Amino acid sequence: MRFGVVVFPGSNCDHDMYYALKKITGSKVDFIWHRESSLNEFDAVVLPGGFSYGDYLRAGAIARFSPILNEITRFVDKGKLVLGICNGFQVLTETGLLPGALMRNQDLRFICKHVYIRSENVSTTFTNVLNKRQVLSIPIAHGEGNYFIDEDGLKQIQDNNQIVFRYCDPSGDLLDTFNPNGSSDYIAGVINKKGNVLGMMPHPERAVEKILGSDDGRLILESIIS
Amino acid sequence: MKATVKVRLKNGILDPQGLTVKNALIHLGFKNMKNVRIGKLIELEIENTKTEEAKKIIEDACKKLLSNPVIEDYIYEISEE
Repeated sequence: MRFGVVVFPGSNCDHDMYYALKKITGSKVDFIWHRESSLNEFDAVVLPGGFSYGDYLRAGAIARFSPILNEITRFVDKGKLVLGICNGFQVLTETGLLPGALMRNQDLRFICKHVYIRSENVSTTFTNVLNKRQVLSIPIAHGEGNYFIDEDGLKQIQDNNQIVFRYCDPSGDLLDTFNPNGSSDYIAGVINKKGNVLGMMPHPERAVEKILGSDDGRLILESIIS
Repeated sequence: MKATVKVRLKNGILDPQGLTVKNALIHLGFKNMKNVRIGKLIELEIENTKTEEAKKIIEDACKKLLSNPVIEDYIYEISEE
């Protein structure tokens, strides 16, 4: 399997993701500059975290018009895999490849800390080595991760089993005090209907070795190659 | 042609920034402050266009980039200059 990590001006988790993918999956990984327009050689593409275009206007709003995004839309149509982390998730909602939008955190603060999330759908390509309701400790680092979707949209993604991760307490219960940013229905990650595009605010690439405080993020990367 | 675009969070969507500013205003003594909503104001200058054409261009720009239709609405005003 061959991975590509897209680099926008302002991406800052691209090297972490490159390192994590290489180490955990043992696959070939390449950086893809956002002005490129071919993804032919790749099987999976990651949109990493960061502040593409300085988050001007809205997070992800300008990156969405980078040439590579047209190609990513075609890539998704072909059934190839796309994973968006943090700013990458914001780019995917702005592009319309994932439902909803990411708004300013409810308490207005930038939050950088380990949080707990639990798996809600373990039949996806990104979660198939996880157990249902398995609790993972994975860091978040964002100012705009407050997932919003209107009532009809929420019902749709619930009915289609598109909610992949929810924020929870250490034992896996859903509590407002453990919903760090005010997200609708505690949502930390959603997948598209077809099941080949996942967006999540937590950073699995920052939790791949015990020395980092957790290596639970490995499970997501391992799922992709299993 | 000049245009002023206002992009605002849709009604019913929580605006934590507005809420914080409202609380600060009340704290400063503006006791009657019932609600504060914060949006964006974008000024555009458009070359070589007539009003009808400019409207189309602005609508297109608002839909494609200036607003996110999931959470925001926009309104705009055009002035000939």
